[in-house]
Formats: sequence, structure tokens, C-alpha cells
Amino acid sequence: MLEIKDLHASVEDKKILKGINLQVKAGEVHAIMGPNGSGKSTLASVIAGKEEFEVKKGSVALNGEDLEELSPEERAHQGIFLSFQYPVEIPGVTVTNFMKTAINESRKARGLEDMPANQMLKLIREKSELLEIDRKFLSRSLNEGFSGGEKKRNEIFQMAMLEPKLAILDETDSGLDIDALRIVANGVNKLRGGENAIIVITHYQRLLEYIVPDFVHVLHDGKIVKSGTKELALELEEKGYDWIKQETVV
Amino acid sequence: MDLKDKLLSSFIAFENNVDLDHPVHEVRSEAIKNFETKGFPSKKDEAWKYTSLNNIQKVDFSVFPKKESALEYRDIKKYFLHEIDTYKIVFVDGVYSSYLSETTHDGVDVCLMSAALTKPQYKQVIDVYFNKVASKDETLTTLNTAFSKEGAYIYIPKNKVPKKPIQIVHFATGNEAALMLQPRNLVIAEENAEVQIIERHQSLTENEVFTNSVTEIFAAKDANVDYYKVQNDAKTASLVDNTYISQKDNSVVRVHTFSFGGKLTRNNLNFYQNGERIDSILKGVTILGDKQHVDHHTLVHHAQPNCESHQDYKGIFGEKSTGVFNGKIIVDKIAQKTNAFQQNNNILISDKATINTKPQLEIFADDVKCSHGCTIGQLDEDALFYLQSRGIPRKEATALLMYAFANNVLESVRIPELKTRINKIIANTLGVRVGFEL
Repeated sequence: MLEIKDLHASVEDKKILKGINLQVKAGEVHAIMGPNGSGKSTLASVIAGKEEFEVKKGSVALNGEDLEELSPEERAHQGIFLSFQYPVEIPGVTVTNFMKTAINESRKARGLEDMPANQMLKLIREKSELLEIDRKFLSRSLNEGFSGGEKKRNEIFQMAMLEPKLAILDETDSGLDIDALRIVANGVNKLRGGENAIIVITHYQRLLEYIVPDFVHVLHDGKIVKSGTKELALELEEKGYDWIKQETVV
Repeated sequence: MDLKDKLLSSFIAFENNVDLDHPVHEVRSEAIKNFETKGFPSKKDEAWKYTSLNNIQKVDFSVFPKKESALEYRDIKKYFLHEIDTYKIVFVDGVYSSYLSETTHDGVDVCLMSAALTKPQYKQVIDVYFNKVASKDETLTTLNTAFSKEGAYIYIPKNKVPKKPIQIVHFATGNEAALMLQPRNLVIAEENAEVQIIERHQSLTENEVFTNSVTEIFAAKDANVDYYKVQNDAKTASLVDNTYISQKDNSVVRVHTFSFGGKLTRNNLNFYQNGERIDSILKGVTILGDKQHVDHHTLVHHAQPNCESHQDYKGIFGEKSTGVFNGKIIVDKIAQKTNAFQQNNNILISDKATINTKPQLEIFADDVKCSHGCTIGQLDEDALFYLQSRGIPRKEATALLMYAFANNVLESVRIPELKTRINKIIANTLGVRVGFEL
């Protein structure tokens, strides 16, 4: 589904990604771990098409199609979803209206009519129940005054609404207590299936107990320095990142 | 003949049609002398540094409309807030249109300045209030005072609330090649009275219109006044709006100014606090494009202790538009425990757009809380990326962010139908359909 080849990316001439290779197949869950500043969030942003980052070399392709020329919204229409580490506050635009806009813009891009109102409401109800989101929450301004946990839960609610092919969760576990973590993980796991793929970016192993990955990659200094199965995450939890760094130096 | 000379000679003709023995005429005569001495403000005046009336003075305006023009309600319905029932005071080319209006004397007076200035039953009120807060020195205000004859007269007695909001609408039909209008409004809310007013100026053709308006508002003890200015006029219309507000103890006056249209707009909004525990609220949303120009000059004079003022102006400037915000706050020495807040935030969406913003604080008391902040920026790229990553195209995402930026000013609009209407105008101004009713 997703194929990243020798990806180099910079921001203002600072090299951040230095040759990433990654293949994610439909149905798989990949975890990307690594210390602060290793390039995890940059990788997520580059896949989602943030213009601030300049791709110097290499390629990102979704289902065989090179994404380079596509805008962030076109990538979203192709089925890429990024759950943000720091979601943006949009005063005056309710969660419900925001979702209506997002869904109908995606439908428009696919040549479909707007989703009928009753169908939209049904979908919103279904997905908000899945994430145990209170009705009142939906008529609040998007992310405005939300707690860290509410913001993250709202991100996964959006993901559930949009049903992406490839979901990238950037530090979704930060700011979540254990109950919220379980709810969020449950929402993510509902999306798991033969058709979809998920990339979980995280610092800690904690989230991976709930969203069990098929593969774990360690990112260090802009490169994937180690890949393995879920046991690798446990090893990292136990030993920290230093041994990886040392191993890399050796 | 330039516009000043034309106005001075017109004053002689004007005198033929008014009662020269009425005390108001003395006020007019004083006022025309002031205008004769000072003339139109020029860029040399500090307060007019960024707004030039030179082009306006070159136009050969008709000062007195020649005939009454008939308008059909169905053709102009859209310019009214027609979703709710309101009183209406409507002028067509400066002349009162009884056909389009709905006035009242049922417990409150919602009627005409011309009646108030001539009929004996209003004399007492006119003596007490007319031209009492308006400047006797500011040249355009005195020009209006000299020609004051027609406009809206609203008098709300003690403890009264009109049954519905009041709309004041001025239409220009284009019957004159170029028309100058000088409406004069007087609004009085007596003790514990309440009133909501919406004012709009609307030119219906491409012919040039210049309006020099003066509104005096008096809010007595415990009174509550909401005044909404909808400035969405044709691109050939210019407006100088001079509004003067006098407040007494515990009164609350809110003025919202929505500036989207017009060629040149200058708002001189002056609040004078003459009592304690007063709240003055000044809010504005300005969205401009083309070569439009809007200049907000605000003044809040805190003259007594324990009062508050809240100013929040948001501006979005595109193409070659220019904006000015000059916010002056004066806190007198005795006005201790004053809370005065001022905020002016601007977004420039074009390299050729300009905003000049200047806070002016003159604080003579020592126990006060005053804050001011002005920002000029571009749209937040991180926020745009967030919206785009949800599949919302950049243009629509931009509009949503601008809408969000202006939103907190709209929150205090207390007529829901007006809020909806303003939202629609904003969506139209931004040129987008964002998939839901804003």
C-alpha cells in the first residue's frame, strides 16, 4: 500500500530524513519508535504532504501512485489520514460542521454528491458512540478549550468518520489517561482490516499493548536503524534508546 | 467650485427651508462657522494621516436630492433584516420614505429627526440632548450639525423596551449623478431602558455617494443599548460615520461595526463615560479586498472610577485594500479602578494590502488595568495544513480560518438572525461554500 524509497527530506536546508525505506502492506500495523528529534513527526508530515518539508531525494507512493505532486487535501482524498500530535483549534466551527465539510469535500473530489443529512447524522452518532464521545462535545468549537485527551479522542473520531486507507497516528497516546487510551485504541482497532494500514508513531511501548503492531521500526537520526516484530518494542522499553544509538555507531 | 464652497453656498439655500427662530438654528449657524474656518480635514491632520478625502472633494455632489424616488420593497428586501419583525426608519436619497418605514409612538418614540426638531412636544428633549455629546470642534461633525434636519429619532423612556429591534436604512437610488447625504440621528435610552438598533447605508447603483453621518447616543443609568453598523455598501459609496456616546452609571453600550463594502469608510466612534460601573463595548470585523479603505478611529474617555471598556477589532485585508485602526483610551486622574482593554488583530492575505494600527493610551490614574495588543500576521500554515489534511481544499480551509479568526467578535451579537446574516455576508465576501451554513 505505502512504499517509501530512500526518502530524504529537509526543512530550511536542515536535513531531517536521511534515506528512509519502508513498505507497508494492506492489513498491516507498523509502529515507528525513536528518541526525540529522530524525525518521526517529520516522516508523518512528509507522507501527509506538508509543504514546509522539502523532499530532496527518494519517493513516497500510495498504491503505486507517486504522491510528490499531490497537495495535502489530494492525499487526504486518496485515503491518507494523519492524527496530529498537536491538533489546531478552530473557534466558531463545531466538530459536527467540520466533519460535514471534510466528508463532503472528499466526496466532491470523488465526484459524489453531498452525503444526505440523515446519513451524516447516523454516521456521526455511530462513530461518536464508538469513541464514547458526548453529544454536547460535537457542538463545541473544534479543539477549542479541549483537554489534551479530548483532542486526541477527537482526532480518532475524525479518523473513524473518514475511514482512511492509511492512518498515521502521531503520538496519539501522549496526554491520554489509561481509560482514554483504551477507548482510542479500541477506535483504531475497529479500523483494522484487510483493506487498511496503520502507522503508529510513539515514544513509548504503552500504546502498543492496545494496538498491537505487526512490525516495529526504530528511527534514529533520520534513518530506520532497526526493524523487528512487536518484541522489539518491549526490548526498547526495557533498555531505552541508548543501546540502539551505540549499535548504530558501531 | 470645490465641495467646501458648494456646501457653504448651499447652507444659504438650506436656511430658506428651516425655521430660523428655532434654537437649533443657532447651533447650526455656529457649526457652519466652524466648518468654514476648518474645511475638510487633510492628511496634515494627525487624525487623517492615512485617510484622504481629496478625491471626494473633487466630485460635484448634489447636496439636496431633487425628488423623492419610489422603491419597491421586493427589490430592496434583501438589504433589510427581514427574517424578523422590526421597526424601520427608511430614507431614500435622504428623504424619509413612509411607505417603506414602520415607526411607532407606542410607549417609545421611533420616528424622524425632522419631527423632533420642529414639533413642540419634542422641544424639551431636544434642548437637553441635541448636539450635547457631538463634537463642536471636529470639522465633519460640525458640517453635519450645520445641515442637521433629517435622520432617525429614537426615544426610549424610563424602564421601557421597544417590542422589536429598530432598523435604520439609507438607500441611494442613483437618481443623482453624485449624491451627498448627511443623516443626523439621536438615540436616547432613559433610565433602565433597552434598545437594539441596526444601521445600514446602501447605494443601489454605481453612481457616487458620499455620506457624512452623525449619531448621538445617550444611555442613562442602567440603560442597555446595542448598536450594529452593517457596512456592506457598493464599491462607489463612501461613508464618514461619526458616532458619539454618552453613558451614565451602570449602563452598557455595545457598538458592533461590520465593514465589508464601500470604497472609503471612516468610523469615528467616541465613548464618553460620565458615571460609575459603566461598560463600553466596541467590536469590529473588517474584511476588505480590491482598493477598499476602512479607517476605525475609536476613543474611550474614562472620566469616572470603576468602569470598563472592551475593544476588539479584527481585520482581514486582501488585494490592494488598506486599513487603519487608531484606538485612543483616556483615563482621567479620578477614574481609578478602570479596566480598559483593547485588541486589534489583522491578517494580510495579499502583499499589496496595508494596515496601519496604533494604540494611543493616555492614563492619568494610577490604579487601573489597561491592556492593548495589536498583531499583523498571515494565516497560520500549521492550521491550514491541519484542515487540508482532512481533505478540505486550501481555498476553503483559508476561508474557514478567516471565519474562525473573526468569530469571537460575532459571539456578542445578540440578534441571532443578524448573526446568521453577517455570517452569510462573510462567506460571500470570502467567496466560498464551506459545506454548512456558517
